[in-house]
Amino acid sequence: MKMSSIPVRKFDAIIVGAGGAGLRAALQLSEAGMKTAVLSKVFPTRSHTVAAQGGVSASLGNSEPDHWHWHMYDTVKGSDWLGDQDAIEFMCREAPNVVIELEHFGMPFDRNSDGTIYQRPFGGHMSNFGEKPVRRACAAADRTGHAMLHALYQRNVRANTQFFVEWMALDLIRDSEGNVQGVVAMEMETSEIVIFQAKATLFATGGAGRIFASSTNAFINTGDGLGMAARAGIPLEDMEFWQFHPTGVAGAGVLITEGVRGEGGILRNANGERFMERYAPNAKDLASRDVVSRAMVTEINEGRGCGPNKDHVLLDITHLDPEVIMSKLPGIREISIKFAGVDPIKAPIPVVPTCHYQMGGIPTNYRGEVVVEDQVVKGFYAAGECACASVHGANRLGTNSLLDLLVFGKSSGNSMIDFIKGQPKDLPELVMNDVERSVARVARLDNQTQGANVNEARTAMQRTMQAHCGVFRFNDMLQEGVKKILEVEVMVKNTVIADKSKTFNTARLEALELENLIEVAKATMISAEARKESRGAHVRDDAADTAENPNGRDDQNWLKHTLWHREGNRLTYKPVNLKPLSVETIALKTRSY
Amino acid sequence: MDEVDLKRILWRSRRGLLELDLQLERFVEQVLPTLTTAELAVYEQVLMLPDWDFLEYVNGKSVCPDPELATMIARISAAQQ
Ligand SMILES: Cc1cc2nc3c(=O)[nH]c(=O)nc-3n(C[C@H](O)[C@H](O)[C@H](O)COP(=O)(O)OP(=O)(O)OC[C@H]3O[C@@H](n4cnc5c(N)ncnc54)[C@H](O)[C@@H]3O)c2cc1C
Repeated sequence: MKMSSIPVRKFDAIIVGAGGAGLRAALQLSEAGMKTAVLSKVFPTRSHTVAAQGGVSASLGNSEPDHWHWHMYDTVKGSDWLGDQDAIEFMCREAPNVVIELEHFGMPFDRNSDGTIYQRPFGGHMSNFGEKPVRRACAAADRTGHAMLHALYQRNVRANTQFFVEWMALDLIRDSEGNVQGVVAMEMETSEIVIFQAKATLFATGGAGRIFASSTNAFINTGDGLGMAARAGIPLEDMEFWQFHPTGVAGAGVLITEGVRGEGGILRNANGERFMERYAPNAKDLASRDVVSRAMVTEINEGRGCGPNKDHVLLDITHLDPEVIMSKLPGIREISIKFAGVDPIKAPIPVVPTCHYQMGGIPTNYRGEVVVEDQVVKGFYAAGECACASVHGANRLGTNSLLDLLVFGKSSGNSMIDFIKGQPKDLPELVMNDVERSVARVARLDNQTQGANVNEARTAMQRTMQAHCGVFRFNDMLQEGVKKILEVEVMVKNTVIADKSKTFNTARLEALELENLIEVAKATMISAEARKESRGAHVRDDAADTAENPNGRDDQNWLKHTLWHREGNRLTYKPVNLKPLSVETIALKTRSY
Repeated sequence: MDEVDLKRILWRSRRGLLELDLQLERFVEQVLPTLTTAELAVYEQVLMLPDWDFLEYVNGKSVCPDPELATMIARISAAQQ
């Protein structure tokens, strides 16, 4: 393919991703009169943000006293002190503004009788610096994410944002100084490759939960933005931190609520043993999330897992009265029959800890600017689950991620507007090295006649991540995992697709997505192997709980952000920003609830 | 309906909700190849539904008001593991 024959489309701003973060940023830009393009693999309102049900947090104080400073405290504590306190202060202070703005955009929030937004309590959100639960979550029935996408999409259409739906961005374009010039993208319908050039480019491509065998994420969450950034030489931050839920249906990922154990559900290993009795003699199956997850993984790791691959345990409710199952646990029976193929009245449900949320991502500051080695990468921005600002640190509080989309979508939009205004009117000449590399990736798939099957390579990656780098981690397993994931990488570089056609070639799209997933998988495994402490969602068997290092958290050596560099799988570290913008540092403490 | 339409349908069977992805994956594998052109057109319309409505219909929590779509959705729900 001749590089000069590739069409170029020019904009002020390009946004890759039409979930909550991308749409919020686009709106800021379009309403400021910027010529803005939004690219999305799927129709905007089918982005994964649609799945969010719980709500969005803001210290509106509509039901009882609340304050952004309390919200900030909870978020720092939730992050196990790995979150940057400037970004966290910024987010919590902005929260009431962005939520009220969203209300004005037409978001149908649930309301109190006095017309104000109704708020409900949510885990980890407290009043008065951790004293007692506070109502801080704002929701639109149980369709908060859906309503958010609709409100933002409608408003973008009115503001003349240009949507490129069913387009897949392939690679970032950087000039010889590293400034970002735009992206290479492919139109799915025709497989045409087009350059999108702009003064400012934002990634809002969402998470990469599909690196794990068991994930609550939809199939679309393949971490494309992270893969593109990594290939373009941008390091990925804190990728060892992933939030897990203890009980998802093995092999499917659909969640089984913790209410099942509340109603008397019992976890069993391959011998039928109620193993929680050994790990938590008092609370047993009702022990806290991390204790249960840890016990499950230990059972699997020690060979007492169930099924042909010994890779899950069983959640048994066969002893419960079928009436109770029907009345108290509606939906669980259907989920189990549908996704596990078992009727839980007659047989136990196969379950496994399941990945839910990615805390790490493309390193940014609270203005959404991508920052590498203390330097802003000119023209490049990231927001939402693909970015690491870092407000979630080592663990995210529920409802803080929809908030993250609104706050950092908006702030990156504003930063982009400022930057665009300072740029010369005409776009600079394009540097084609990255374009050539991108075209070559596609050409490889078109020309390759034998090699690894895409599904098999993906499964190998997912099994490796789940077994070696799941919710509870062991030193030897991680070391072996690093070797294994590098072997899987070789497979991924050598995939073959049978379908070479040019129109809506889904096989090719999936092969390209896998090339992004594997970058995230490597970053995760290698960062996790290196971090020898436990912090937040990264929990290691060999990080001892001592007086000096409570819960295995080692602030002396590990109060720092990881940066994984694709080139040579190198790791570097940078300090956590413990200095908020206007208030005092929230001092280090043991995290206990 | 040509091959391009079919492949577009395949891509659009990717949704924002995992439960739908899983259910449609089966349907696409088992049932889609047997559909007539007219039925495929109906399935295309089903794919235009908002994800949460779609899931509620698939789970039988409510019934799609359009009978033609409802019939197709019943076939989707029936697709087994
Ligand atoms: C089941 C579930 C429930 C949740 N509930 C809550 C909740 O109640 N509250 C809360 O705060 N958080 C919740 N979360 C987390 C939250 O929903 C997500 O973190 C958030 O929606 C991510 O939004 P985003 O805008 O970053 O990305 P997404 O909404 O995932 O959007 C990504 C966009 O990028 C596009 N894209 C990706 N790659 C490319 C590419 N290569 N080319 C072009 N386009 C591309 C996609 O098409 C899509 O438009 C939940 C998560 C899950 C899984």
